[in-house]
Amino acid sequence: MNKFTLHTGIAAPMDRANIDTDMIIPKQFLKSIKRSGFGKNLFDELRYLDEGQPDQDCVGRPLNQEFVLNQARYQGASVLLARENFGCGSSREHAPWALDDYGFRSVIAPSFAEIFYNNCFKNGLLPIVLSDEQVEQLFAETAATEGYELSVDLQRQVVVTPSGQEIAFEIDDFRKHCLLNGLDDIGLTLQHADDIRAYEEKRRQSSPWLFDAIK
Amino acid sequence: MAGQTLYDKLFESHLVRTNEDGSSLIYIDRQVLHEVTSPQAFEGLRIAGRKPWRIDANIATPDHNVPTTERSGGVDQIVDPVSKIQVKTLDENCDEFGILEFKMNDHNQGIVHVMAPEQGAVLPGCTAVCGDSHTATLGALGALAHGVGTSEVEHVLATQCLITKKMKNMLVRVDGELGVGVTPKDVVLHVIGVIGTAGGTGYAIEFGGEVFRAMSMEGRMTVCNMAIEAGARVGLVSVDQITIDYFEGRPFAPKGEQWDTAVAQWQGLVSDTDAEFDEVVVIQAADIEPQVTWGTSPEMVVGVSSQVPNPANETDQVKIDGINRALQYMGLNADQKITDIKLDRVFIGSCTNSRIEDLRDAAKIVEGRQVADNIIQALVVPGSGLVKTQAEEEGLDKIFTAAGLEWREPGCSMCLAMNPDKLGNGEHCASTSNRNFEGRQGFGGRTHLVSPAMAAAAAVTGHFIDVRELIKPELVK
Repeated sequence: MNKFTLHTGIAAPMDRANIDTDMIIPKQFLKSIKRSGFGKNLFDELRYLDEGQPDQDCVGRPLNQEFVLNQARYQGASVLLARENFGCGSSREHAPWALDDYGFRSVIAPSFAEIFYNNCFKNGLLPIVLSDEQVEQLFAETAATEGYELSVDLQRQVVVTPSGQEIAFEIDDFRKHCLLNGLDDIGLTLQHADDIRAYEEKRRQSSPWLFDAIK
Repeated sequence: MAGQTLYDKLFESHLVRTNEDGSSLIYIDRQVLHEVTSPQAFEGLRIAGRKPWRIDANIATPDHNVPTTERSGGVDQIVDPVSKIQVKTLDENCDEFGILEFKMNDHNQGIVHVMAPEQGAVLPGCTAVCGDSHTATLGALGALAHGVGTSEVEHVLATQCLITKKMKNMLVRVDGELGVGVTPKDVVLHVIGVIGTAGGTGYAIEFGGEVFRAMSMEGRMTVCNMAIEAGARVGLVSVDQITIDYFEGRPFAPKGEQWDTAVAQWQGLVSDTDAEFDEVVVIQAADIEPQVTWGTSPEMVVGVSSQVPNPANETDQVKIDGINRALQYMGLNADQKITDIKLDRVFIGSCTNSRIEDLRDAAKIVEGRQVADNIIQALVVPGSGLVKTQAEEEGLDKIFTAAGLEWREPGCSMCLAMNPDKLGNGEHCASTSNRNFEGRQGFGGRTHLVSPAMAAAAAVTGHFIDVRELIKPELVK
């Protein structure tokens, strides 16, 4: 997994509540059996005027010029500002894969849907929860200044604005540790294989019908 | 000390260890796999040179991509080449690792959340995961079921465990008795309307009270299925005799002496009477009428006798923007009567509403009637091969086709339109599925979520109508 330590990049504002995973990456692109290549179809139905197809070359497709990521000032954006309940809907990990493949490293919102939030950490993408007021401030500053950049310092758990203002955020110690070091969850869990086996043996004794039934 | 909730009991009985940072490792008894969210997980195992921890904890079936039209030609005849590869990849992965899979034309194939309970593959007291957010459905069995992402699918395959944090407990209690024509779907849509699409975030929601105690297992599954549309990863119903009766004789349920031991265990899978919930929501059944969503989030829902909201009545700007955007996308006007919404298609199916009772509900309404002229297509897609056979034995397929509805093969179908079943741009659909997101059922498609009875009523009238107006007198309790 990609490490996340410190990142500075242009902020892009998605000024809309309840952005769902169907919006982030529509279903026709979930047919891929790979983890990469979803970036060109990120927000496909908002970003293009036509209906996108899997494996299609997106160069030359008609763009929705009003969509925020199509505006010249947000080209190269890597920090996404969003509203409440970002990532609601399905469990598709294709959503963080698409954001990551597009170039986003962090998403800042007042709240996230749980499965999406969880999926981000497995992919080196940092979701940050700030208060409504703090998010509102960042939206206002982004709108006011072209090329507005935010720095995200995971070690110190702060978002730093261009004026030097530091906004602290909360994050789980375990998730922070994994992101900072790019650690693979499975490897960490397998360090406890003895605990798992011990539990499993107990389970086999108490609920034997859950073993060797499905084959 | 206060008693425990069902969620607390299920969580604690599966706890392998608590890490220093407060995260927990819980043991997963069952993983259900389908073709969309598993290929990258299997690939991850192969790249790392890992093997599944326990083969017999897994069961698989393709559902999202499969065609629902005649498909005796098998996987090779799936027209969409990308869908074909995905279904084939599931077959190959299951064959390679020795995982039991009900393949596309197996009689037991079906939508994962229909197949798993009807096979008894997931049982009360289990923990279960699936790379699909509607795994919440299985909480209706008294199981702790989580929808997970693909990395977690791989994690559970490799370790049989999930890294998680204990959720908070919410009780949604619905008191009283549902009126005639008011179904489990209406209950859950109403609940989402009350608590909002993020109201359950961070919670395991237990559905309690007289309404759920009286509800069938299939109805409970419909309700838990949509817990995620209220933001909750987990929905639950305490075990009772209805739960236990449901499992007797199912293929993977325990038999003989083991059955008796299991039943004794399962009877304890209830929230204690003195359990404390972090949040309690109380709703009166009498306040629930048949529901229809008008917007692009499941919380945008009203009773059928009501009208589309007017943003002028709101004060919060984010909410006003949301309503305006939804009205524009849906092609509706503020204050428009719900019964004035004209429809183009009808979809009866999905992991929410494709079980036998759903099909019976819909058949009762369309029997002796005809699909309205303005309806381009009305699809009935059973949730599994077993549901399909049972419906045919009961003659439901004949009732549907005589009325002008199409009777299909099992799969997810138009719920998310990954297969050829989809809405055209701008078309309105009365759908028994679970999400009315923009583009969900097809590019530019406009979804209205309703119960099977309401969808059937819409099919024969061409617009929304209070299904209670069509219910025959002999069906009234």
